[in-house]
Amino acid sequence: MTDMTAHEARSEKLEGAAARKARVMGVILILLSLLVLFVLNVAPGERATFNLTTRRDAIQIPPLVVPGAFNMIAAALLAFLGVRQFLRGGGRWTALSLGAGLLILVLAFLVWATAGKSFNLTGMLQATVVRAIPIALGGLAGVLSERVAVVNIAIEGMLLAGAFTGALIGSLLGGWMGLVAAVAVGGLFGLLLALLVVRFRMDQIIAGVVINLFVLGVTSYVSSQVFSQYRSLNNAPVFRSWEIPILSDIPVIGPTLFDQNIFVYGAFILVAVATYYLFHTKNGLRARAVGEHPRAADTLGIDVYRTRYIHVTLAGMVAGFGGAFFTLGSVGRFEENMTNGRGYIGLAAMIFGRWHPVGALSAALVFGFADSLQQKLALLNTPIPSEFLAMAPYIATIIVVAGLVGRARPPAANGKAYVKE
Amino acid sequence: MSETRKDVNERLQGLLARASHGRDDFEDLVIVPLFAVVAALIFGALVMLATAVDIGTIGRSFVALAYGAFGSLNAISETLTASIPLVLAGLGLGLGFRAGLFNIGAEGQVIMGGIAAVIVGFSLTGLPWIIHLPLVLLAGVLVGAAYAAIAGVLKATTGAHEVISTIMLNLISYELLNWLLRQPWIQRPGRSDPISKSVPDTAQLPRLLTQIDPNLRLHAGIVVMLLAVALIYWLLFKSKLGFAFRTSGENPSAANYAGMKAGLIIVLAMGVAGGLAGLAGATQITGVLGRASPGFSAGIGFDAIAVALLGRSHPVGILFAGILFGALEAGGRQMQVSAGVSIDLIGIIQALIIVFIAAPLLVRAIFPWGFRRKKGGAA
Repeated sequence: MTDMTAHEARSEKLEGAAARKARVMGVILILLSLLVLFVLNVAPGERATFNLTTRRDAIQIPPLVVPGAFNMIAAALLAFLGVRQFLRGGGRWTALSLGAGLLILVLAFLVWATAGKSFNLTGMLQATVVRAIPIALGGLAGVLSERVAVVNIAIEGMLLAGAFTGALIGSLLGGWMGLVAAVAVGGLFGLLLALLVVRFRMDQIIAGVVINLFVLGVTSYVSSQVFSQYRSLNNAPVFRSWEIPILSDIPVIGPTLFDQNIFVYGAFILVAVATYYLFHTKNGLRARAVGEHPRAADTLGIDVYRTRYIHVTLAGMVAGFGGAFFTLGSVGRFEENMTNGRGYIGLAAMIFGRWHPVGALSAALVFGFADSLQQKLALLNTPIPSEFLAMAPYIATIIVVAGLVGRARPPAANGKAYVKE
Repeated sequence: MSETRKDVNERLQGLLARASHGRDDFEDLVIVPLFAVVAALIFGALVMLATAVDIGTIGRSFVALAYGAFGSLNAISETLTASIPLVLAGLGLGLGFRAGLFNIGAEGQVIMGGIAAVIVGFSLTGLPWIIHLPLVLLAGVLVGAAYAAIAGVLKATTGAHEVISTIMLNLISYELLNWLLRQPWIQRPGRSDPISKSVPDTAQLPRLLTQIDPNLRLHAGIVVMLLAVALIYWLLFKSKLGFAFRTSGENPSAANYAGMKAGLIIVLAMGVAGGLAGLAGATQITGVLGRASPGFSAGIGFDAIAVALLGRSHPVGILFAGILFGALEAGGRQMQVSAGVSIDLIGIIQALIIVFIAAPLLVRAIFPWGFRRKKGGAA
C-alpha cells in the first residue's frame, strides 16, 4: 500500500514536471508570437522577394514573392501552438512545437528583413552549407571520440593543425598531398590525445586544452617566424568546386548541394559512413559498448584501450580533414588562429546532435545558417545588430545543453579513464 | 606478535607521513613542476632548431628571456604587472577545480568584469578616488560573478556541463563586447573603430614605482592580488564554505550525505571564481589599459587555466605559477625584440609545462632518475 502511494506520488511529481515544462514552452511560444506581431510586423501590402535562381542558371524559376501578411499568419500559428501547449501539451508535442515555432520565427524574420527588397535565398543556402562543413566535421570528430568515452576538447586544435598542415604541405607538394598530410597530422594529434588520456591517464579535458594551446602556439610561432619570410610556403592551391552533372542544374538544391568542393561531399559521405559504422556494424557496436560500459566490454573480450586509440585517432583524422577546409577549401593561406573557435562550436553541434553523426551535421547546418544569415543581413540593413545574430546559436546551444529541448544523454562512461584490472 | 608490531609500525609511518611533508609531497610540489619547466624549455629549443633558428640565436633568446623577466627593475616590474590578472583569474579557476568544476569561462568573465569596470569608471565622475576606485573594482567583481553564476545555476538546476556552457558564454561575451564598444554611450567620441571611453584618473589603480622611474608600470593591483591570495587561502582552508567546496570537489556523494547543498555550492563556487576573473579584468582595465577595446582580455582567462593547473589549485602555488607565466610573457617580449624569435614560442612552452604538470606519469617516465621508485606502481 505504502509502496503504491510512493509510486503514485513519484509519477505525479513526474507528471507535474512535464506539465510545467509544457506550460513553460507555451509561454515561450506565445512570447515569440508577440515578438512576430509587434517587432517583426510588416505592412500587409509590402512584399519580400526571394530570388531562387541567378541569370547564369540553366533552369530558371520565378522568384518567390511573399506578401507581408505572411507574418500575421506566422504570429497566429505561433499563438495557436502556444495556447495548445496549455490545453493539451506535453510529451512529444513539446519539443515538436518548439522546433516548428523556431522555424516559423526564422521564416517570419526573413520576410521582415527582406520586406520591400529582394534577397538571394539560394546564395544564402549555399553559404550555409559551406560554413557548416568544418563545424560538422568537428562535430563528427567529437562523436567518434566521445562514443568511446574520450571527451574531445582538442577538436579546435586538430582543426587548426589540419588547416596549417594543409597550407604548408599543399604549398610544397600540391593540394592532394596537402590534404593527405592534414588528415595524417590530425590523426597524429588524435593519437597524442589518446596516448595522454589512455596511457598517462591525464584528465581528458586538461589534455584537450593543452593540445589546443600547443597547436595554437606552434602554428602561430611558425607562421610569424617562417611564413612571414617565406611566403611561398603559405600559398597552397585551392580545391575548386566540382559540379555534378544534371543534379547541379536542379534549382535551389543543385547549387546548394551539388556544386561544391570535395570537402562538402566528403563531409556528407563521412557522416553517412560513420552512421552506418557506429549503428549497423559489429565494430561500431563494440565501440559504443566501450563508451557506455568499458568494464563490461572488457569482460566480453573487447580491448578497451585499443578501441579508444583507434577511434580517437580516427576522430583526429576527420578533424584534420575538416581543418584542411580552412586553407585548401577556401583561401589557400594559413593565418594565426584561423579556426577561431569553430572546434568548440563543433563540440556544441555534437551535443546539440545528441552524439549522433546525422544530428551533429544537422546542428552544424543550423549554426552555418545563423552564420551566413548574419553575413547577408549586413546587406539588407536591418536594425538588429549582427552580433546578436552571431550569439543566437551559442544561446541555443546553452538552452539545448540545459535540457530544455529534451535531455541529451552522453555516453555513460564519457570522460572517465579506464584502468584495466 | 611480530605481526602486530609490523602493523603498529606501518600505522605510525602512515601517521608521520600525514603529519609532515614527506618526500612524495616534495616530489609532487617541487620536482615535478621544476622538471616540467626544464623539459618545456628544452623542447622549446628543439622547436626553434626545427624552424631553422641557429644555435647562437637560441642561446641569445634564452638569455633575453631571462633578462626580460628578471634582469632589471623594469623587467621585474613588467613581470609582476603581467602576473597580476593571471594570478587573480587563476585563483578563481583553482577554487573551481577544488570544488570539482572545470570552468573554461574565465576569459568571458574577464571581459565582462573589464567592461563593467570601464562603464562604471567613466559614468561616475566627481568622486574622490577612495570611493570611485573600489566601486569600479566591485563592479568588475559583481558582473564577473554574475556571468559565471549563469553557468553555475545551469549546472545546479539542469545538470548542463559547465565546460560547454562556459565555452558558449565566452563566445557570447566576445559578441557582446563588440556590440557594446559600438554603442554611442560607450564608444570614445570621435572614433569610428570599436573602442571605449577612458576611465578617469580617480578610477585608475595608482602606479607604485613612478618615483624611481616614470616608465615603471607596476600598479597597486599587486596589493589587490596579494590580498586575494590571502583571502582565498583563508576561504579554502580555514572557512566552513571552503571545506564544503573541497569536500564536494573530492567526494560529491560524501558532501551530499553530510548535508551540504550541492547546487548552492556549485553556484557559490562559480560565483567566487567569476568574481575573481572579473576582478582580473577590472585591474587590467584600471591598472594598465585605461579603456576597453576588442580583444583587451588577450587570452588572460585561458592562460589562467594553465596557471591554476601549474599552481596545483593552491593559492600560494598559483601566486608562484602566475609570476612564472608573467615572467615568460615579459621575457618573451624581450626575446622577440632582441633575438628576433617570435613571442608565440612562449605559448608552446606554456602548453608543454601544463602537459608535464598534468601528467606526472609522463614526467616520471622522462626523468626516471629524479624520483624515488614507488612500490609496485609505475615508476
